[in-house]
Order: sequence, then structure tokens, then C-alpha cells
Amino acid sequence: MAINDTGKGRQMVPFPPVLISIAKIVLTILVTMLGLIFITFIIGRIMPVDPVLSIVGERAAKDVYDAAYIKLGLDKPLLVQFWYYLRDVLTGDFGKSLLTARPVSEDIIRVFPATLELATIGTIFGVVLGVPLGVVAAVRRGTWIDQVARVVALVGYSMPIFWLGLMGLLIFYGILGWVGGPGRLDFFYDGIVPTRTGMILIDSAIAGDMNIFWNAVSHIILPASLLGYYSLAYISRMTRSFMLEQLSAEYVTTARVKGMSERQVIWGHAFKNIRVQLITVIALSYAGLLEGSVLTEIIFSWPGIGSYITTALLSADMNAVIGGTVVVGLVFVLFNVLSDLLYQVFDPRAK
Amino acid sequence: MNLIKTLVAGVALGAVASTAVIPAFADTPPNMLIIANRIDDITTLDPQESFEFAGSDVLRNIYGRLVNFDPADLAAGYQPDLAESWEVSEDGKTITFTMRDGVTFHSGNPVTAKDAEFSLRRAVTLNKTPSFILTQFGFTPENVGETIVATDDKTLTITTDKRYATSFVLNCLTATIGGIVDSKTVMENEVDGDLGNEWLKTNTAGSGPYKDVAWKANESVTMLANADYYGGAPAMARVIVRHVQESATQRLLLERGDIDVARNLNPEDVAGISDAEGITVDSELRGRLMYFSLNQKNEALSNPKVIEATKYLVDYEGMRDSFLKGQYTIQQAFLPQTYLGAIDDLPYSLDIEKAKALMMEAGYGDGIEIEVGVREAQERIEIAQALQNNFAQAGIKLNITVGTAKQILARYRARELDMYLGAWGPDYPDPHTNAATFAMNPDNSDEAGNTGFLAWRNAWDIPAMTEQTAAAVVENDREKRAEMYQAIQREHQATSPFGVMFQKIEQTARKDNVQGFSIGAAITAAAYWKVSK
Repeated sequence: MAINDTGKGRQMVPFPPVLISIAKIVLTILVTMLGLIFITFIIGRIMPVDPVLSIVGERAAKDVYDAAYIKLGLDKPLLVQFWYYLRDVLTGDFGKSLLTARPVSEDIIRVFPATLELATIGTIFGVVLGVPLGVVAAVRRGTWIDQVARVVALVGYSMPIFWLGLMGLLIFYGILGWVGGPGRLDFFYDGIVPTRTGMILIDSAIAGDMNIFWNAVSHIILPASLLGYYSLAYISRMTRSFMLEQLSAEYVTTARVKGMSERQVIWGHAFKNIRVQLITVIALSYAGLLEGSVLTEIIFSWPGIGSYITTALLSADMNAVIGGTVVVGLVFVLFNVLSDLLYQVFDPRAK
Repeated sequence: MNLIKTLVAGVALGAVASTAVIPAFADTPPNMLIIANRIDDITTLDPQESFEFAGSDVLRNIYGRLVNFDPADLAAGYQPDLAESWEVSEDGKTITFTMRDGVTFHSGNPVTAKDAEFSLRRAVTLNKTPSFILTQFGFTPENVGETIVATDDKTLTITTDKRYATSFVLNCLTATIGGIVDSKTVMENEVDGDLGNEWLKTNTAGSGPYKDVAWKANESVTMLANADYYGGAPAMARVIVRHVQESATQRLLLERGDIDVARNLNPEDVAGISDAEGITVDSELRGRLMYFSLNQKNEALSNPKVIEATKYLVDYEGMRDSFLKGQYTIQQAFLPQTYLGAIDDLPYSLDIEKAKALMMEAGYGDGIEIEVGVREAQERIEIAQALQNNFAQAGIKLNITVGTAKQILARYRARELDMYLGAWGPDYPDPHTNAATFAMNPDNSDEAGNTGFLAWRNAWDIPAMTEQTAAAVVENDREKRAEMYQAIQREHQATSPFGVMFQKIEQTARKDNVQGFSIGAAITAAAYWKVSK
């Protein structure tokens, strides 16, 4: 569509390549979102859960049921329903949630920051510990350090998060009392700090209330470590295999022969070359955490987007499900775009 | 293996956790009540719409009603609340309420008979799920102008379509739907003629002991004490009900002293916590009954001997003492204990020989095969499996069909299941709520489609009992009325295709210092205003 023909016989002027690639990105996002909404909508409608029953309850009289049925537009053909829905979404209206009686967008603004806060700290934890662990495991391949790293990662992969979360709570909260319990704050601190970003660590810091800030830290540290542990397991394993690949490459041997220090070889050469791959791995792991970990949220009473979508799904609260899915989908697409862009920054060949 | 897992988890987490050593508070603040509960069933705070447990718990503390239960003495029955007194007309159809003086809404507006008129009319006109509680007295959106009338600021008259027991009408007015809303505030927030419904879903306008409710769906409900409450300012200045899904998590919170009350502990956690110092577990009977029923369209199941046999094939004690321990008690009549007219007769117990003999007498010595529908809930499936085992011993082969609530209920309502196993909870605190569904069936034809009557769903045709039940609901003498229900239940127990088995017990764990906390037993919801610490 790079045509700029006004019909006055002017020359065709192609768009600059930057604009084309932006247009491509926007188009990708739009098509992905449209597909996502369509599929979620259809799945929601054919699921054997009755949204009307979730609103009126199973005791409702027939006329009450029918009124709600018609209000939801369920008497219309499926495609017509989809069209109405899409029209609202395009004007930025995701509708109201049946369960919370509030606009879905308002709900998401409330639950997403909680997940964002948790996922961010979890990812920082995973990166800060996972990357060095992976590098060391690759460099000291076959030694006890490598074995320990392997066990740590294996446990991280295979341990059910439900069990791990409860044990963590039991030990560090129940017995030792080192950390705060379930919830984002001690319950009686609820609602004292004004909501600005929805992320309590930031809100309490802005408000300058250090008691609440430290209370929030004590509450987030356990669930974030738990999520971080899972991302650590993944990131350290991937780092290790990327590094092994680099360390066996010829240029590393050459560098060593030239007398470079081991430190320079590892961090200056080999690690530099895996940055791009690593970014993709980290971005995907971060995006995964941003979906919200339903079980972690349930155990820690963390009001995040994972349990929001799950609860909505079980009651066929489709406005909430689709709204939540769109946000999660958007996060995924944006992370993909972002890691593509970072590729270009770090890897000259990709330009 | 567990030890290794624990160690590994401990090392990994300890590395991080030890960096944040923060002293834990031993207790919740003295003027604050913090409750862990599952509150994900709340979908609205509008009293004329709400019909869920957690919602009722909130609204009981926010809205006054004409008559209400005293949480400190539930057995006393309904008591004056916003109505100070009432009189019943000669023909028994008109009740005239005199409103209490000097009560104000949280907004500062006075509570008048006009507000009561507005609220009750609103319940009928909005026609939401619980509206049948009031419309069963013949109120319709068309006639509320004449049937629910405030003659002045102090006087409200309501006129029913025929004579009903006064206790029946007043019991219904204690339900959540009877909450009196501040008509001025509500109408200021009306949108497109919705009588303020959208606004009241997430806001409140009451006169009760608590106000300023903040409801975060699936997260928490907080409320502040109303210092101007006519019954005196509540001791707990702030109440926080926090959604905590997991029983184990609730238990930890209670043990650490971060909450005062844990409402959803499973039997294992109750057992684990009951010896803990400083914690008390209360058991309160709730209204929910667990029953099975036999479809009378099935020829074998309509045989009275077969019906009787099935009631001897339930291991009541065995289930109560094993997987239902602490959660259910045995009840074999359709009124829950604590209801007016409830009976505690337990004529049935597991007796396989007797059941076998009855099956022989009925001519089904070779056995029969039937399908039972059950919703996919753990305890119901376990009960179904226990029944399957016992029924088999008397030659009844039970095929269990497990499905979602929608699937199973749809077939039950369409009279397609041979047998149904499920629960029934009363809708309002009057015996008629269960009598009307277990012991009434005005028209047994398929065309009638009376799915609201459990008797109809099981195709049980009972013209005589229907009349008896209809007579009980208009009997004005409370004692006599109770006796009528007792008689109906005894006959029902002996002849009906309903095997009522259990009544729900709810176990609540609380800190010892929390006094006066009531979850409302079988008849009403939780009350916080008499709580002290």
C-alpha cells in the first residue's frame, strides 16, 4: 500500500522503510488481537457453562432468567453477538464483568499491576541469579558446581508450585515469621496508601510511608522468589547451553591462544555473543509470568490477572475473560516486538 | 523424598527470605475484626438483587430491615428492627408497620415509611432472582401502588393477596431482599429508570451498624462502623473480610495472628488447629440439606417398597463419621434443624437385610439398574460412591453420571434422571421455603413445567399433601403451624421418594478473644456489630 497517489499525476512516493516496518508491527498486532478475540469468544460461547445462571443463580424464575438472557444478547445469532462485541471493543469498551459488576477495563487496571509487580521482581530474581549460575555451570562443566546447578534447575522444573508455595509459607511465614503472609499487605494496612500505579511498592514509596513499603516487601518476597525460582531454573539452563556452544567455538580457542585472560574470554567474548538469545529467553519467561500464575496467586491470595481470568472463565463471564486475554495477548505480542527490536540493537547483522 | 524436597526448597527460599527480617505483628488491632472467607460469589451489593452467601453476610451489616434477627438470640425469631411494632388486620391480609423514631441513614437522611415503601416496591419491580420471596404474596409491579403503601412518614401498610401466617410474611421480610435503602440517595443515582440498580451494585445506602463499604471483587470487603447506629456504635471500628481461597492458608493466617476468624477450614485443618492455644472452633448448623430423590416416572422407583428400601441403604453414621466429619450431621426430614416445625426423628439407618427383604416384597429380587446424576463436587461424588456400594448389596445397580451443574440440573429439571443426588438450601427463614418445594406439587403434568417444585422434578403427584402444606402456610397460630409441619414431615419421611440424609454444619475457627461472632446459623447471615475483642 505504499502508494501516495492523489490523482493529480504526481509521482509515486514510497514510504520510508521505518514507517513500513512500524505499519507491519501494528498490522501484526491487530490481526493477532482480532484472531485472539474471535477464538476466545467462540470458545466462551460453546463452553458448557451458562453465563445467565452465573448471574441469576439456579433458583431464578423463568422470567428473571429470560430477562437476563436477552439483556446479554444471547438470543441473537453467534456472529451477530460477535459483531456487537467487536464494535464495542473497537470503541474501547470491554463491557462490564458479570461477577464484579464493574467495567472490565477498571478491573484489569486493578489486577494487572499486582501481577506486574510480582512478575517483575520474580524476573529480576531469575536473571540476577540464573544468568551467572548458567555461565558458571558452563565454564565449570562437569564439576560439582555444574551438578548443583543442574539439581537446582531440575527441582525448579519438577516441583509442583502449589506444594512449594505452601511449604514456603509454612516455613518462612508460619514457623520462622521472617516474611509476611498471604496478601499484598498485612490486612489492616489495606487501603491506606492512595492508589496511583496499583503497585504497592511504588505507591507506598511515593506516599513516603516506609512502614507500608517494608510490609509490602515482606509480603512480595516469598511469592516473587517462588516465581523467580522457576524462571531461574529456565534461564540458567538456557544460559548454560548457549555458553557451551560459544565456548566450543574456534574464536574462543583463538582468544585463549592469544593469551587473553579467562575472564575476558568468558564475559568479553562468549557472553557478549549470547546476549541476543538470552534476551529472547528472558523476555519470554517474563511474559509468561505476566500471564499471572494462577496457583501462586491462589496460595498467596494475590489479586492478580491469572486468578481474575480463571474465576471469570469458570463462570462464563466472557467480557472479563476476553478483556483479560486481550491484555495478556498484547503483553506477549509487545514482548515479541520488543525482543525483535533489542535484537537489532545488540546484533548488527539483524539490521 | 519429602525431606529432600523440603531441604532443597528451604535452601533456595531461605537465601532470599533471610534478607527481609521483619517483625510479625502478634495480633490484629483491638478495634478491628479481620475475617478470612471465600467471597468470590459476591456479584452485587444491591440488597434487592443479592442472593449469595457472602453477599448476605455483607448486607446484613449494612441495611436495616423492618424486622430482623438478633444475632445474640437467633432462637427468639424475628424482632423489631426499623419497624418498632406492627398490627395485623381482622382478615389477616394487611399488616401495618409503625416505623422506629429517630433512625437515620448513613447519608444523614431520616429513615421513613416512604423509604420502606420504596425498597419493597423496588424489590418487586426490579424482579431480580430473590424477588419471588416477596412476589409469592401476590405483589406485582402493577399492583404495588395499592399493596405496599406508606400512609405517612411513620406508617407502612402491606396487603397480601390472601391470608398468610403473619410469621411467614415477617420471616420473609428478614431476608436480604427486605433491606431498606435510602430512597433519596438511590434515586439521585438512577440511570435510565434502573431504580439505582447499577449504582447499588457497588455502592451502599443503608442505615445499619456498618457503612462505607469498599468491595474489591475476589479480594476484600471492608466496612466502617456507623457511630450513629440506633442500637449503639459497634465495638469493631473496622471490619475486613479478606478473600482467602485455600484452607491451609487461612489456617496459617489464624495461627500467626494475622486474622481473627477463619471461615473455610477443611476437616484436616480443623483437626489440626482445634488443640492450638488461643484458638476456638465453633460449629453452627446451616440450612443446607443433602438428599437423594427418585424419579416416579421410573416404574421400579415408584414402588413404595423400593423407595423404603433405598432409605435403609444409606450408611448415615458411616459417612458422617468419615469423609463428612464435622461438616454434616444426620437429618432425615425436609426442614433443617432450628427451623420452625423441624423434627429430629431419625427412623432410618443402614440395614441391608431389611432393604433386601423389601426389594423381594416389591418383586425386584433380581435387582434393578438406575442412573444417578451428581454434580462434580468432591463430597457429593463421595456420597454417590458410598451409595453405589450399599445399593449394590441389595441388587440396585447405580450408574453414576457426573457432570457440571448445568448439565445435571438441566436433566433433573427435565425429569430425565432416575435419581438425583444433591443439596437444597432454604431461600428464606420460614418453613414454607422447603415445604413448598419438597411437599407441594400443584400440577404434575409434564406441560406444567413446575421446575421450582422438587416434587414436580421427581414426578411425585401429591394432591393431599399439597393441600396440607397450603393450609400450614396460612395458619396463624405459631404452635399449631409448627405441629402441621411436623405432621407433614413425618408422612413425607415415610412415603416420599426423597431421602434426606444430612444437614450442613459450618465450622468457624476464631481467636479466643473474639466474642459475640455469629454466622447466622441456618436462618440468617453473619453479624459483626455485637463482636468484641
